[in-house]
Amino acid sequence: MKASVEKIEFVPGKWETSVNVQDFVIRNITPYDGDSSFLCGPSSKTANLWDICKKTLLQERANNGCLAIDVETISSINAFQPGYINKEDEVIVGLQTDQLLKRAMKPFGGIKLVESAVKERGLQVSDRVLDIFNYAKNHNEKVFDAYDKEIRDYRSKHILTGLPDNYARGRIIGDFRRMALYGVNQLIAFKREDYAKIDGEMTEHKVRLREEISAQISALKDMLVMAEDYGFDISHPAQNAKEAVQWVYFAYLAAVKEQDGAAMSLGNVSSFLDIYIQRDLELGLITEDEAQELVDQFVMKLRMVRHLRPGAYDEIFGGDPTWVTECIGGMFNDGRTKVTKTSFRFLQTLYNLGASPEPNLTVFWSEDLPEGFKNFCAEVSIDTSSIQYENDDLMRTNRGSDDYGIACCVSHQEIGKSIQHFGARANLPKALLIALNGGREEKGGTLIMKDIPFINDEVLDYDIVYDAFKNTMKELARVYAKSMYIIHYMHDKYYYERAQMALIDSDPHVDIAYGAAGISIIADSLSAIKYAKVKPVRDENGLTVDFNIEGDYPKFGNDDDRVDTIAKEVTSFFITELRKHNAYKNATPTLSLLTITSNVMYGTNTGATPDGRKDGESFAPGANPMHGRDNSGAIASLNSVAKLEYKDAQDGISNTFSMIPKSLGDNKEEQASNLVNVLDGYFAQMAHHLNVNVLNRETLKDAYNHPEKHPQLTIRVSGYAVNFTRLSRAHQLEVIARTFHEAM
Amino acid sequence: MMYFPLQDIEAVKLNIDDPNHLRIHSLETFGTHDGPGIRMVVFVQGCQFRCLYCQNPDTLDVKGGSLVEIEELVKRAIRQKSYFGKTGGVTVSGGEPLLQRTKLLHFFKRLHEEGITTCLDTNGRLNNREAHELFDATDILLLDVKHINDSIHHQLTGLTNKNTLEVAAYRESTGKPMWLRYVLVPGWTDQSQYLEEWGQYFANYKTVERVEIIPFHQLGSQKWELLKMPYSLKDTAPPTPESKQEALAIFKKYFKNVILK
Repeated sequence: MKASVEKIEFVPGKWETSVNVQDFVIRNITPYDGDSSFLCGPSSKTANLWDICKKTLLQERANNGCLAIDVETISSINAFQPGYINKEDEVIVGLQTDQLLKRAMKPFGGIKLVESAVKERGLQVSDRVLDIFNYAKNHNEKVFDAYDKEIRDYRSKHILTGLPDNYARGRIIGDFRRMALYGVNQLIAFKREDYAKIDGEMTEHKVRLREEISAQISALKDMLVMAEDYGFDISHPAQNAKEAVQWVYFAYLAAVKEQDGAAMSLGNVSSFLDIYIQRDLELGLITEDEAQELVDQFVMKLRMVRHLRPGAYDEIFGGDPTWVTECIGGMFNDGRTKVTKTSFRFLQTLYNLGASPEPNLTVFWSEDLPEGFKNFCAEVSIDTSSIQYENDDLMRTNRGSDDYGIACCVSHQEIGKSIQHFGARANLPKALLIALNGGREEKGGTLIMKDIPFINDEVLDYDIVYDAFKNTMKELARVYAKSMYIIHYMHDKYYYERAQMALIDSDPHVDIAYGAAGISIIADSLSAIKYAKVKPVRDENGLTVDFNIEGDYPKFGNDDDRVDTIAKEVTSFFITELRKHNAYKNATPTLSLLTITSNVMYGTNTGATPDGRKDGESFAPGANPMHGRDNSGAIASLNSVAKLEYKDAQDGISNTFSMIPKSLGDNKEEQASNLVNVLDGYFAQMAHHLNVNVLNRETLKDAYNHPEKHPQLTIRVSGYAVNFTRLSRAHQLEVIARTFHEAM
Repeated sequence: MMYFPLQDIEAVKLNIDDPNHLRIHSLETFGTHDGPGIRMVVFVQGCQFRCLYCQNPDTLDVKGGSLVEIEELVKRAIRQKSYFGKTGGVTVSGGEPLLQRTKLLHFFKRLHEEGITTCLDTNGRLNNREAHELFDATDILLLDVKHINDSIHHQLTGLTNKNTLEVAAYRESTGKPMWLRYVLVPGWTDQSQYLEEWGQYFANYKTVERVEIIPFHQLGSQKWELLKMPYSLKDTAPPTPESKQEALAIFKKYFKNVILK
C-alpha cells in the first residue's frame, strides 16, 4: 500500500479485519426517506457522451446489431488497450475493448460458437486464434464429450432448452463493492489467508480450491494492470466517491472482459456507493450535479456492455441482453431501509439518459419502503417501463440475508457469500405430451422415455394423465440434473470465472438453479382434462396431434383455486424430484418459473396441448397466465400467480404485467399511487416478482412498423427489459399479443 | 324508440327476488375510474334510464345479466383487499344500483364488516327511505347528474332529473362525501349556459369533493348493434379538445377539484 494514501474515516467494525462489506454498509449507510425533489439532470459532459453513444448505437443497429468485432484477440482483462467514448468528458472510464461497442471473442466457452458468430457477421476468426484451439480445450467441446444419448435427445427435441453448454453460464455475481472498500492488495492478502488455511490431507475439493484461489489472485493482479493502463492505482481502497464508482466499475469491467455469461449482474452497489457520495457531499468535495454525473456515467458504461453472440442465441434470449442487474432499495433485517439518495440517482438515469433495458434495474419492494421512494419508483415505471420489482420482505424472510442481489432476471443471490449455477429450462408441456404418447415425442414419434404406458382413452382421464405426467416429470428431472452436473463440472474446468470469484468468498455456497417453462399451459391442460371433455386427435401412427375440447374449464389467471392449485402442485412435484438428484459441488437445487424470451421458441417446438393451445403457438412468459385467458381483470390475474409458492421456486417466479396508462388512473399522481397499491397488494400475498409495463399496444404496433421512431422504447419481458426494436419480429408480435390490462 | 319497455314490475322484483343474490352484468377487479384508488367494480344489471349516449346498453335489461351470491362477491372483495391500500375498495356501478337497493345495503354492510370501503355510482333515480339507507352505508356517493335542465334531461334519459337533484340534496344534508359526474356529449350536454347553470346549482354544496367530466366516446357503439337497438348517437363524434377545455374551465369556476377524464 502506498504511504501517501490516508484511510478515510468510516465507522469501524468487523469489515476492517475481514471481508465483510455488509458490515461496512450497515454501519455507514445514510438511509433516505425523502422524495425525489433533490435530483438533477445530466451534466453537459454526460450529455455529450450520451450523444456519441446514441449515434454509435444507431450505427450498430444499421450494421445488423453488431458494430465491430476484434477477430485477432482472445479477450481477457488486459487483452485490449484502454478505450474511451470521448476521454475529456469521461469522469468514469473503461470499455471492454479499445472501441465503443466493439465486441470481443471469448472462445473458452466454445470456439465453434465464436466462429459461427463471427462468420454470421461476414468475418473470420484469425488463424492464430483458431490454431490455439487446436491445443486448448473449451467448455462447449468438453460438455459434449460427457453427454450421453439421452441428454442429446432431450436437447435436440427441445425438452431441455437453453442449456448453458454452448455459451457461458453467467449468473455468478462478484461482490464488486469489495474492490472499492479494500483495493487489490488487501483482497489478495485475504485470498492468501484463505489459501493457507487449506491444508492437511489433500482431497479433490481442496486441490480444486487451491487452484481456484490462485486463479483468482492472478485475476486481481491483472485488474491492477488494467486500471494502471487507464491511469488509476487500485491497489488501495477508494478514497472518495469518484474512486469508489471507478473501482467498482473496474472490477465489473474485468468480469465482462473475461466472460460472456448469459447474465452478468452487478449486485447491489448503489447504496454502497452512496456512503462515499454522501461523505463527499457532506465534506463539500462534490455537488449534487457531480454526484449524479458519476452515477449517470457509470450507468452509461453499463449500457454499453456487449457480448458476441451467434444468431441462435437470440432465439432464446431476444434483444441482445446482458442482464447487468442492479438491485435498489429493500430493507435491512434491523428494520431500517436500504434506500439512499443514490437509489434515487440510479433511477434518475432513466430520465437523464432516457429509457433503457440495461442495467436491469430491480427494485426490492417492501411494504416498509419509504413512501417517497415508492412513489418515485411508480412514476419511473409509468414513464419508462424499465423497472422490475421483487419482493424483499419475502426473500429476506425466506433466504435469511439482507445483503443480496439478483442474478440474471429474478434469482436471489447472497452477495459475495453464495453463487449460482444456472440451468436452462425444462419444457413441461412437452413432458405432458410425452406422457400422452407413451414416452414418445409428439413431433416425429421418437421414443424419449421408457416405461411410460400408452393412453388410448377416447376422453382423457385426469387421474390417469396426471399419473403418467408425474412419471415423465420424474424422468425429466433425472436427465436434467445429470446434464447440469456435466455442464457445471466442465464450466469450472475450462471457463472458470476467476474475475468474479476473486470477489467472492473462497468456498461459497452454491445453488443449482433449474427452470421450468409452460406452467400456465400445464395448469390449463390438466384443468381442461378435469373439468371439460378433452378428446385427443391421433394420427395414423397413434401420435396425438391435436385435441378437441368440449365445454369450458377454469383457467389459470382468474384467481380460481380449482386450476391455480394444479399449478402449485406441479411446481412442488417437479422441484421435489429435482432435489432427489446429485448436484455438482453439492449445490442446493432451486427452481424458477421463468422463460426469458424463450417462451416463443418453446412454443414453436411444442405440439398442440390439451388446453386448446395450437401447435407452435407461443407459451406465456414465465409464470404468466396464457395470453388472453386471464379475463377476470388484472387483480385476479395477479392473485393466481401470487399463489405459486416461493419455497418451491426459490430461483424466481416471474410475472410480467402490462397495463395501458389510462387503466392506472386519470392523471400521473393517481396512476403512481395506484401502481404503488398494486405492488403493495401483490407482494403482501408473498408473490415474488413483477415486471411492470405501462404502455399502449398502439405504441408497440407503431414501433413494430416504424422502429426508427422508437430507438429507446423499452419494455419488460420475462425477468428483464429489452429494447423493443432489437427483438426479432416473432418476439415483437408475441409481446403485442399479450394480455394488456386496459379496463377503463 | 323505447327498448325493454314496461319493465316497472320487473324492476320492483329486482329488489325483492333472490334476496341473497345480486343480478350483475360483470365484475372488474382492477377499477381505477369509479371512485378513489384501486377498486373492485360490480356492474349491476338493469336500468330504467334510457340515456341516448349509454355506452353499456347491455346492462339495461332488468331481466338480463346473471345472479351472483352476495357472499361470493364479499369473498372476492376480500381476495382483493391487499390492493385497496388506504383509498381503494368496492364500487357498485351499473346498470342502476338503486334498483337493487335492499340487497346492496346488505352487501355494503358486509363489506364494512370486512373493513372495505364502498362507493355507489348512481343516476339518483330513487329517493326513498330504502335508497337513503343505502346512501348512508355508502362511503362516497358518485352521482351522475346528466343534465341540469329537466326537459333536456327528459329527452336525453327518458326521465326527469328531479329525483337526482333530491338525492344530491339528501346527500348534502347528511354531510357525507359525494363526487358529481357529468358526461360531456356534443350537441346534448355541452351548452355553456347549462354548464354554468349546473355549476351554479352545486357550487355551494359542501359535500362535493370532486367533479368528473367524462367525455362521450363511441367504445360502446358496437353493443347497440349487437343488441339490435336503435342508437341515435351513432354519428356523434367525441367532444373536441376545445370543447372539453371549455367545460373544464366553466366547472373550475365553481369547484376546486375538477377532473377531465
